[in-house]
Amino acid sequence: MAKQHKNLVSFGIWSGIALLVAVPVVLATTSPYLGYRSMAYIIGGFAGILALALFLLQPLLALGALPGVNKAHSRLCHRWVGASIVVAVLLHVGGLYLTSPADTVDALLLVSPTAFSIYGVIAMWGVVFTAVLVVCRRRLRLRYSTWQLVHNGLALVVVISTVIHAVMIQGAMEEISKWVLCLAVLATTTGALVLHWVVKPLSRRRRLDRKALSD
Amino acid sequence: MNRRRFLVAAGAAGLVLTQSPLALTLPAQAKGLAPTPTMRGGANNYRPNAPLVDRLGSGFWVTGTVRRAGDGAPLSGVRIQIWAATTIGGEREPRNHGSVLTAADGTFRLETEQIVPNFGEPHAHLAYDDGAFKTVFLRPVMPSARDTSVNADFVLAPA
Repeated sequence: MAKQHKNLVSFGIWSGIALLVAVPVVLATTSPYLGYRSMAYIIGGFAGILALALFLLQPLLALGALPGVNKAHSRLCHRWVGASIVVAVLLHVGGLYLTSPADTVDALLLVSPTAFSIYGVIAMWGVVFTAVLVVCRRRLRLRYSTWQLVHNGLALVVVISTVIHAVMIQGAMEEISKWVLCLAVLATTTGALVLHWVVKPLSRRRRLDRKALSD
Repeated sequence: MNRRRFLVAAGAAGLVLTQSPLALTLPAQAKGLAPTPTMRGGANNYRPNAPLVDRLGSGFWVTGTVRRAGDGAPLSGVRIQIWAATTIGGEREPRNHGSVLTAADGTFRLETEQIVPNFGEPHAHLAYDDGAFKTVFLRPVMPSARDTSVNADFVLAPA
């Protein structure tokens, strides 16, 4: 009975994630605007949607919270999904550059007329900085707790700016599915951070207190 | 208040009184109509000398007026270049670029295909770039992607 219940929960979580990712992507593919756009623009747009969707998985993988995936496997997946986000951001910016070099350069130089581009650029540099830190982590000899703090801080900045960037943009995603995905991404990110930085340390301290009392 | 200051103040008051009542109610008119500044990103994907066209498509209207800075007089026969991302392609698509001349009352309008969101916003580009006046690039944003027209007004300053 317990196992059956666990299977049901696991099925629920995985189908929820699949829907949260698949529905916005599928709805974006039905946009009539795609017919008026070049291949570079379409690839650039979908790379952006993919990066947003991958931010849903990253915190869950970091926590090892996905059912059926053990901790070691989860960490490995976190790295691969991280690498995929870097590739998606490169495709996003590259595709937009090929579509309209002037608009893309304006955005990168922070002189774009659109308010959302600054958030996209913040998120891009956050991703680039995160990737550099991952690559140089051993060489920098950061303490594990320092590393976690920096990595999580960057992740929070990247996710929040990506969400603001996404909700302000018109013409790439269907509006309702975009909002749902964005809220889900914010929920898994903040949930994972609260669990890691608040709930876990508190319960650890409570456990130690109880142990001290019983000794 | 000494005598000189009184005379200056009285003179200034007299000058104001001699102005028409319109000048009192519209202080901007007294100083003259200010020229329209170029908008950020307005010149993006500009292809100079877009051909004069009757129309670029149907169902969407780009409209506006062209006036002279200072007195606000309408300017006729002025070439305005227009381009935008529409249902036939992006902003770099040559078929989305065309020019029109202003009528005697300074108005212009060009029918195009429906403008669609491009780089996150539905917008048009318009340029005055013919030398007699200072070059101005405008980039009006449509409040809704479903709009079927967009307006942009030029006030041009002598070059």
